[in-house]
Amino acid sequence: MGDKKKQKLKPNQQQYQAFQQKRETKRPIFKNCVKAFLVGGFICFIGQLISTFYIYQFNFTEKTAGNPTIATLIVITMLLTGFGVYDRIAQFAGAGSAVPVTGFGNAVISSAIEYRSEGFILGVGSNMLKLAGPVIVYGVFSAFVVAIIKTILTQWGGF
Amino acid sequence: MIFFWAFVVGGLICVIGQIMFDVFKLSPAHTLTILVISGAILDGIGLYEPLIDFAGAGATVPITSFGNSLVHGAMQEAEKHGLIGVVTGMFEVTSAGISAAIIFGVIGAIIFKPKG
Repeated sequence: MGDKKKQKLKPNQQQYQAFQQKRETKRPIFKNCVKAFLVGGFICFIGQLISTFYIYQFNFTEKTAGNPTIATLIVITMLLTGFGVYDRIAQFAGAGSAVPVTGFGNAVISSAIEYRSEGFILGVGSNMLKLAGPVIVYGVFSAFVVAIIKTILTQWGGF
Repeated sequence: MIFFWAFVVGGLICVIGQIMFDVFKLSPAHTLTILVISGAILDGIGLYEPLIDFAGAGATVPITSFGNSLVHGAMQEAEKHGLIGVVTGMFEVTSAGISAAIIFGVIGAIIFKPKG
C-alpha cells in the first residue's frame, strides 16, 4: 500500500487496513518452499526416469527425449486429474506441482473436464485453454521477440 | 548422477515459483507466464541448453522449457529461411507439450465426468 493511496482513505478505512494486515494469516514460506522443492524435484525425477527409458528403449538422444517425456507426463496427469488425485497433490505442493509441465497439463485437462457439461464445441473447445492461454500467448510472443533479436544479431550483425 | 541433478534443479525451479506465489503474491497464471518468458530469454542468451545437458529432465520438465523450445524451433527455421522462419518454425519443437495437452484434454473430457 503506497503512501499516496493511503492519504486518500478515510481514518476508519486506514484503521481497517492496519487491522486487516495484522490479521492476515502469515504464509509459512519456508515450509511451502520445502514442499515445492520435494514434490517438484520428484516430478522431474520421474521425468528423468521416463526419458532414460526412452533413450535406452527407442534410441532417442538426451536432446530429443524431452518431447516424448513431456507427452508421457501429460498422459499420467490426465489420469491423475480425472480421478481427482492431482488436486490433492496441488494443495500440498503449491508451485511444486504447478511449475512442471504436469501443472500446465492439469490446467488444460481440468478445464476441459469441467466445461464438458456446456457441450464439446462451446464448452470444452472454447474453455480448455482458459487457464493455460496466458502461458502459450506470452511464451510464443516472448520467444518471437528473443528469436528475432537473435536472428538479427547472428545473421546481419556478424556475431 | 543425472537423476540427482534432475531432482535438485527441478526442485529449485519450483522453489522459485513458490517464492513468486508467497513472497510476491503473484497468481499462478502470472508466475507461469514469467517463468515461460524467462525460459525463452535464457535460451536466447544460450544458458538453457547447458542446463539441459547438466540436469536432464530437471530442466525439460518445468514449464521454463516451453519458452526454451519455442525459441529453439524459431531459431532452427530462422537459420534456413531467415526472419520468416522465426514465425513459421515457432511450434516445430514445442508441439509435444501443447498437442499432448490438447489431445489428452479432449480424451479426458470424453472419459471423465466433472466432480461436484
